[in-house]
Amino acid sequence: MKALLVRDLKLAFRAGGGFGLGIAFFLIVVILVPFSVGPESGLLTKIAPGVLWLGALLACLLSLDRILALDWEDGTLDLVATSPLPLEGVVSVKALAHWLTTGVPLVVAAPVFGVLLNLPPQGFLWLVVSLAVGTPALSVIGTFGAALTVGIKRGGLLLSLLILPLYVPTLIFGAELARRGAEGQDITTPLLMLAGITFGVIALLPFASALVLRMNLR
Amino acid sequence: MILRVKDVSVARGGVAVLEGLSFEIGPGQALVLKGPNGVGKTTLLRTVAGLQPPFKGEVDAPEEAVAYAAHSDGLKSMLTVEENLRFWAEVFAQSDIEKAIQAFDLAELRNRLAGSLSAGQKRRLGLARLLVTGRPIWVLDEPTVSLDTASVQLFANAVRAHLATGGSALLATHIDLGLDVTVLDVGPFRAKQGDAPVSGYDEAFL
Repeated sequence: MKALLVRDLKLAFRAGGGFGLGIAFFLIVVILVPFSVGPESGLLTKIAPGVLWLGALLACLLSLDRILALDWEDGTLDLVATSPLPLEGVVSVKALAHWLTTGVPLVVAAPVFGVLLNLPPQGFLWLVVSLAVGTPALSVIGTFGAALTVGIKRGGLLLSLLILPLYVPTLIFGAELARRGAEGQDITTPLLMLAGITFGVIALLPFASALVLRMNLR
Repeated sequence: MILRVKDVSVARGGVAVLEGLSFEIGPGQALVLKGPNGVGKTTLLRTVAGLQPPFKGEVDAPEEAVAYAAHSDGLKSMLTVEENLRFWAEVFAQSDIEKAIQAFDLAELRNRLAGSLSAGQKRRLGLARLLVTGRPIWVLDEPTVSLDTASVQLFANAVRAHLATGGSALLATHIDLGLDVTVLDVGPFRAKQGDAPVSGYDEAFL
């Protein structure tokens, strides 16, 4: 397990591994928004939490098809499936590696990008908290989608279509948490809902992912 | 550690390709499968390796005893030869990769990225992976593809050493390795056509 995590992280940081792709995309989205809606700071302040969340979500989506497709193409997945590692563990580790290389950088970069959108000072803490709590769910749900579409040529688009609806609850509560944080309102309900979704998918989805992966490897 | 295959039929894409196959491989024995392309050798090997269930019959392989090597070697091009081998050794909870490096003459290549190897060198690395699994039953699909004669000899020696230490092997190959092995021609076991294919829906739940 540890070997798989270390290998995935190593691969992500080497040339062509795709590390930084998500964060660059996130940056571009955040820079483009003021160009498209205009520089009026009141409006930007109002939409900043939602835009930041949507940008982070799309940035996360960008690298999902790499989670399993590359391992499938070079035969690693077949060999891992016949190794002592349980597939439930394999997909969990894959999701963890994806979160560490995509989710964590987004969480770290979000406050910086928040400045670009004129996010009010009290909003930064809850923006970071909402992303830190919400992005693991994005990685775990994304791994499920990757398992569903593994083996399909050009499966990336199908993956996005399947996964985006599943991202809706996380987006709703994550963006709501960040918005309430920015406006200084009570954050208890969205925080609990967001955390509940994240823990729920971490507990359940690896089993579903392993099941569909087994079917796809046949 | 005996691998038993009893009256097995295997299916590819829901259509039975081989049926009524039975054989047994004990310690120190090797069985070579022969047969024309498309007859179902790969499907049979994947079934034995546990990647898909048999269509009918029973594959009786001891738990966690099978090391499978397919057409693709499962190598990461951005990792070095040594990193690739060490990864697989750790996955199989082994620590010694030196024997594998020696056996397949990879010492000079150990710090090269796998992506910069030739097809034959990649294959040698893929086969060296078998030695770091520490598993007794090797299930190999066309192991000698893209190997030159010297490398084929290295591979034959590795199989010989594996058999001598009580291991066993099931191979699909078209070339003569110069080993003392039983050969099974799977051609006569070809499934009679016209069997109703299993629908994809049913297959998903089989």
